[in-house]
Amino acid sequence: MASEPVEEEYISDIGPPYFKDMLPPVIKNNYGKWKYHEVLKPGVLVHVAENGEKIYSVRVGQPRLLSIYTIREICDIADKYCDGYLRFTTRNNIEFLLTDESKIDPLIEEIEKLGFPVGGTWDAPSGKYGLSNIVHTQGWIHCHTPAIDASGPVKAIMDALFDHFKDMDLPGLCRISLACCLNMCGAVHASDISLVGVHRTPPIVDDDVVRRTCEIPSTVASCPTGAIRPDMKKKTVIVNEERCMYCGNCYTMCPGMPLFDPENGGVAILVGGKLSDARSPARLSKVVVPWLPNNPPRWSEVVDVIKRILEAWAAEAKPHERIAEWIDRIGWEKFFERTGIEFRVQVIDDFKLPRLTFRTTTQFKW
Amino acid sequence: MSDEEFPLLSELKKGPWPSFVKEIEKTAEHKPEMKDLLKQLERSYEDKITYWKHGGIVSVKGYGGGVIGRYSFLAKECPGVAEFHTMRVNQPAGYFYTTEALRKICDIWEEYGSGLTNMHGSTGDIILLGTTTHNLQPCFNELAKAGFDLGGSGSALRTPNACVGPARCEFACIDTLELCYDLTMSYQDELHRPMWPYKFKFKISGCPNDCVASKARADFSIIGTWKDSIKIDQEEVKKYAEQGVDIKARVVNNCPTKCMEWDEEKKELRIDDSNCVRCMHCINVLPKALRPGDERGAIILMGGKAPILEGPVMSWVVVPFIKVEPPFEEIKELAENVFEFWDENGKFRERLSELIERVGMMRFLEAVGIEPDPRQIKEPRTNPFYFWKEEDLKPRTDPWEIWRKAEKEM
Repeated sequence: MASEPVEEEYISDIGPPYFKDMLPPVIKNNYGKWKYHEVLKPGVLVHVAENGEKIYSVRVGQPRLLSIYTIREICDIADKYCDGYLRFTTRNNIEFLLTDESKIDPLIEEIEKLGFPVGGTWDAPSGKYGLSNIVHTQGWIHCHTPAIDASGPVKAIMDALFDHFKDMDLPGLCRISLACCLNMCGAVHASDISLVGVHRTPPIVDDDVVRRTCEIPSTVASCPTGAIRPDMKKKTVIVNEERCMYCGNCYTMCPGMPLFDPENGGVAILVGGKLSDARSPARLSKVVVPWLPNNPPRWSEVVDVIKRILEAWAAEAKPHERIAEWIDRIGWEKFFERTGIEFRVQVIDDFKLPRLTFRTTTQFKW
Repeated sequence: MSDEEFPLLSELKKGPWPSFVKEIEKTAEHKPEMKDLLKQLERSYEDKITYWKHGGIVSVKGYGGGVIGRYSFLAKECPGVAEFHTMRVNQPAGYFYTTEALRKICDIWEEYGSGLTNMHGSTGDIILLGTTTHNLQPCFNELAKAGFDLGGSGSALRTPNACVGPARCEFACIDTLELCYDLTMSYQDELHRPMWPYKFKFKISGCPNDCVASKARADFSIIGTWKDSIKIDQEEVKKYAEQGVDIKARVVNNCPTKCMEWDEEKKELRIDDSNCVRCMHCINVLPKALRPGDERGAIILMGGKAPILEGPVMSWVVVPFIKVEPPFEEIKELAENVFEFWDENGKFRERLSELIERVGMMRFLEAVGIEPDPRQIKEPRTNPFYFWKEEDLKPRTDPWEIWRKAEKEM
């Protein structure tokens, strides 16, 4: 009997690399034994362990979309200054981890020469806050359901707010996030300022594509407002356009009913979400602008509103006060007044439990 | 690339923030087919619409997820991106890397993919953006040899994620990274082979600052906390005051329960810990002087999710305090009870919160074996419409019997 070729063992289900194999020695030695931290200057943190050992972190903004060629250049810098150790943050920043304080400035010079800014930190004791990077989604670079692009508006906004990333000149934390459709692959619905790609017209059903690619019962069930009914004769679906709220969940289920509409799709802006429970409870963001045009390449209408919100808040917020807390203090009516944002009827809830958002007190301001 | 060729995209090469367009260009310098990505993207910028088709089922041997199939509507015009699938690669907890590990990923992705990545995707994975069906399996095999595995997608456990935790944060009340790794390893099958009603997310934050946005998106949020008193170093408080930190205005007046007092004369900060709700504000502002207490554990909140389908939901408290120590048996037992309940009762594409809202917290708490606690609610209900069980009640009496008996007696 001929011997069978020996098959290479199939490796699967091994999970991620163990994180402790990725830690610099100073972190391994002081794991769980950090005593305090300080912000030495914008973008530079020092964490001090109980035994006095220190680790410096240099925080660097990046576009999230990175080529392996840039990652290698980043690795070269980490090899040169950080003994080959670095990390990323939950808000898409890079953090170079160093033990030698004298290497911080040369590292900063080199990474900024590469085009990546150092910043994104805040110093709570002094009440000086920098803007961190934007959490965002894929958009036109890779997604099949986006109402808008993601990387483009993010780039335009961060260009406009660049100084706030570099300098700690804001009164409190401000998290900006962007999702290119309502699926929200990211936690944008609880951010100080969130941008969401929205559709404004119902899906257009292609009966032939529906027949070929969709499961009708699950497509019908996917609609939160019951706007879709089956057409059993034609083996397709019919949309009751009056009931459609353009959420796009049906398109996620069924490729035969896209909602795309280049001139009508656009950007909704929500504010006043927060996730930290510091001071006031965490809460969801609220819609303040129901729609702005999807206007590539620089989304000037969107950038303008974001700047207005940020500047109105920064001008009068007390130290540590986030947008939600500023609005708690001044009231929503004053928010619209201060930002100059037109209060549109779409901002009044009419979805599932609208009464929870209606004002049941006579307390308000003029 | 010439800017005349892609006039709209070239606008996004300008300005101080690092440009993603330059990153795509960089890959195109090494991989000519990537010019087609710029071509397709420029076309999207002109027409304000995506040119990626819906779905496409592709995977690697033995897995039901981790790869997102992607095909272009412009396959003829842009053949270089006709097939442009994503691979989600499970990140090391806390996003810590050695350059050696990162370079390995770069080398593999140079050979088998576009050379373009996301560092990182929203869930936490390293996103390898764009490869062909043909390259998926060899790419996976090489990643596995290098010690990497795929993350979750579809109706499966999604890649668990955690904040930086005790690796580099003095606020971490629990070992977020070890717990994240343990959960990821314990539920490999649930992660790679979608078999649930919909997605399920674990996110672990070391303290109520919630740096991993757990409450916004995790079906099962784990947030570090403590039960005893905040630890104060009065000398350090004094130093902050001497440095000009207005302790009264900035710390005491921001306390949500007004449980603090600042003695200006003695330069002493007093905390009534019995009224503290552990919001973290004072600790955030005075990190050298104040620290979480020693009796540490986690709060388990459940049900967080984005707006699809019934609107956005913030996770709510289910277990007000749980010990978090290896091997994390208590948390895993609870998680498995939740998996079971959801798997049995959840409808197709129903997230945990939607299921709980449909069947009620009463039934849910009973099914997963959690006692009711006032910490689970903001306030009690305003309506008296609730269920009772037979064992709560005395034997049923029939009103008709009472009345008829009375009539007879007359």
